Amino acid sequence: MSAKQFSARIDTPSKLTETKEICQAAFARQKSRFLVCAGTGCVAMGSLQVLAEFKRLIAERGLDVDIELLFEGHEAKTAVSFSGCHGFCERGPLVRFEPLGIFYTKVKKTDVAEILEAALDNGTVVERLLYQDQDGNRCLTEHDVPFYKGQQRIALERCGATNPEEIREYFAQGGYQALAKVLSAYAPEQVIEAVDNSGLRGRGGAGFPTAKKWAFCRAASGEPKYMICNCDEGDPGAFMDRSVLEADPHAVLEGMAIAAYAIGATKGYLYVRAEYPLAIARLQKAMEQAQQWGVLGENIMGSGFSFNPEIFHGAGAFVCGEETALIASIEGWRGFPRIRPPFPAIKGLFGKPTVINNVETLANLPHILLHGEAQFAAVGTERSKGTKVFALTGKLRNTGLVEVPMGITIREVIFDIGGGTSEGTKFKAVQIGGPSGGCLPEELLDLKVDFDSLRSAGSMMGSGGMVILDETSCMVDIARYFLEFTSHESCGQCTPCRDGVYQMLQILTDITCGKGRPEDLALLEEMGRTILAGSICGLGKTAPNPVLSTLRYFRHEYEAHILEQSCPSLSCKELIAYWIDPDKCKACGQCRKACPAEAIIGEKKVAHVIEQSKCNKCGICLETCPDKFSAVSKITGRQKDALLVGA
Amino acid sequence: MPTSPEASEQKLEHVFSRFKGERKELIPILQTVQEMFGYLPEEALKEVARFTSVSESQVYSTATFYAQFHFKRRGKHNIKVCCGTACHVRGAAPLLAAFERELGIECGATTDDFEFNLERVACVGSCALAPVVMVDDSVFGLMETKRVSECLVPKGVDNE
Ligand SMILES: Cc1cc2nc3c(=O)[nH]c(=O)nc-3n(C[C@H](O)[C@H](O)[C@H](O)COP(=O)(O)O)c2cc1C
Ligand code: SF4
Ligand code: SF4
Ligand code: FES
Ligand code: FES
Repeated sequence: MSAKQFSARIDTPSKLTETKEICQAAFARQKSRFLVCAGTGCVAMGSLQVLAEFKRLIAERGLDVDIELLFEGHEAKTAVSFSGCHGFCERGPLVRFEPLGIFYTKVKKTDVAEILEAALDNGTVVERLLYQDQDGNRCLTEHDVPFYKGQQRIALERCGATNPEEIREYFAQGGYQALAKVLSAYAPEQVIEAVDNSGLRGRGGAGFPTAKKWAFCRAASGEPKYMICNCDEGDPGAFMDRSVLEADPHAVLEGMAIAAYAIGATKGYLYVRAEYPLAIARLQKAMEQAQQWGVLGENIMGSGFSFNPEIFHGAGAFVCGEETALIASIEGWRGFPRIRPPFPAIKGLFGKPTVINNVETLANLPHILLHGEAQFAAVGTERSKGTKVFALTGKLRNTGLVEVPMGITIREVIFDIGGGTSEGTKFKAVQIGGPSGGCLPEELLDLKVDFDSLRSAGSMMGSGGMVILDETSCMVDIARYFLEFTSHESCGQCTPCRDGVYQMLQILTDITCGKGRPEDLALLEEMGRTILAGSICGLGKTAPNPVLSTLRYFRHEYEAHILEQSCPSLSCKELIAYWIDPDKCKACGQCRKACPAEAIIGEKKVAHVIEQSKCNKCGICLETCPDKFSAVSKITGRQKDALLVGA
Repeated sequence: MPTSPEASEQKLEHVFSRFKGERKELIPILQTVQEMFGYLPEEALKEVARFTSVSESQVYSTATFYAQFHFKRRGKHNIKVCCGTACHVRGAAPLLAAFERELGIECGATTDDFEFNLERVACVGSCALAPVVMVDDSVFGLMETKRVSECLVPKGVDNE
């Protein structure tokens, strides 16, 4: 049974409204549906197999109805479709049963038959697949799960709730209405004014007011103007842009078209990282559909306005996330940032006025223009409006993507939404803002999350990476880690960034190896200040932040490394040793057999000993020693010196 | 891939037919050439220079700036161990070491049979599943050192 595809060319705003109604009616004929998450995270956990099983079993029950038939008035008892990321990938694969919103986690292919039976035959729920909160309660829908309760979703509104490869679903949910409204009722200046009133600031890192940037570009002379969406997402620990692109690509395209109209651009690029193949595929598909329907491309919805964006595949350079480097890269050169001014809004791509906005910034626009700038401005703080998406990762219970109102405290994000640190370990710090951000200690947990508060505490909003560190994470090592990253990614033009960051890295490496000197700390601070002052782009200007912030809040850890040859977190390899407690060792021999370096000596009934000169500190013995003995431990500093005398 | 000069030339002509030869196409051209050959052979770089009227040194300079481009023959499958922040704090380093041991090569190298490359990347965008390994386009999440060999069978995880 094949049906004619419902498709039309939308050439007036009223045609869009008509299409919306047709699509809404058609999807309403689906009495229920299973929405399987097919974001990168869930796919990695096997969600495509789950999706295939749903399709197979629904077909077997004779319930399979071609989506096109819905448009011809047929009904479907149930259906299966897929969505993008819900943000809770750690519990994936996720399946949502609509319209009830029943939220299944960690679904396996073998669970599908049971889910179908419960939903379709018995009207029950498969309890064991529901999320269980810390008190042991099962949560029926996403709204009951603590991870989602504290969130407020604007940019992620449709992520996980819609099929990203089906533009008709986007229409049904009010898609492209904001663009239609803008094209038919607003002059470009009015769009800029509305966005100005909303208070929207860029989500790509610096928090620059979006309307201001647009106004500069609108006023600048030069044709054609360009609208670029920055999808380079280089912060190593953030994935909100990827999720939005995969889960709701039309929102980004619609936002981009609105921005293009405001600044007067007819051409544009989406600069996407090479590591995001699925995001590229979804975008490509969304663009083709939008063009075919007439909501993107030439003469959009009959308005006379045309906008034709292209996808540019990044070639793997973090610095290309910086706007001037990104421009150089599209032009076909090395990704070298250049001195600003002139700002890209005046002189950008191919020398023409250009606006570059981040994915999340753009994804907020349809909402702002459709629901009114006042509604958006009512969320957040005085100077940071709306919400921000954070990637919560590291040592905490619930990792994933969360969208929260600006002004929420760090504590609420980590403990109420994130569920606190994992497995009874103790919170130590939170790293916010990636390589340009800083580490904040427990005392600052009640700090408000907004652009200005974070900056005054020595961190940065950055792209919104939030890495939770517990007592097993060494702060010197974290600082060293970020410097290794920035040193590797420095483009090399500015001496302070190229050589300074490298020298700071050498000093930090020495400290983590126990070769630090007391005067190093002041030296690091001085170098940090010089690099901040002497670099032309944001990479160099913020590279010392991870070091400066850890020196500010965790100086005692640096001092322990330098003065006592001790890594209090037992993490720096050079400063720790593995040691078998002779009083606890029962001579079971398991560690001896497991040690890849043959470094453990011992025999039956004789407590085992590690030959330190042979040990490569792989930690396998610690993992192998049975829990009931727990004879192997890591030691450092004075304790290590005392226990290993003569060893 | 060791192909005959004629075959290479044909492949390049095929790539070039999709472009105009403008400077701004340089990176997409290099990407397409690399897709064809698996890396950027010296001869191909020369041809790209001729086609785009950009000097050879400029082509080389641009290509070497980007981590994506390779100048030596590569393995069939690409293993990327994520060493982004989220993965770093959840044990990316021992995981990378385990891959080095399993494949008998260092990070950045290719196995002798040209089956695998091993490299580190900074974040593949699946941080909630840290530590993460990407093999070609498949992502393996919540990795453990003992699951290393699973990734070397070039197919996705079977969810059973
Ligand atoms: C080294 C460096 C890397 C950056 N990486 C990104 C990125 O991956 N994504 C992004 O949107 N902005 C990134 N930015 C910020 C951009 O330069 C630019 O400010 C931003 O895309 C503007 O968009 P917005 O105004 O919507 O925030 C980076 C900046 C620097 C200095
Ligand atoms: S600050 Fe660093 S990355 Fe930025 S332009 Fe200078 S050298 Fe390049
Ligand atoms: S840490 Fe590794 S090498 Fe050292 S003794 Fe234990 S198992 Fe052997
Ligand atoms: S990919 Fe499914 S929740 Fe993120
Ligand atoms: S840090 Fe490894 S996937 Fe993001």
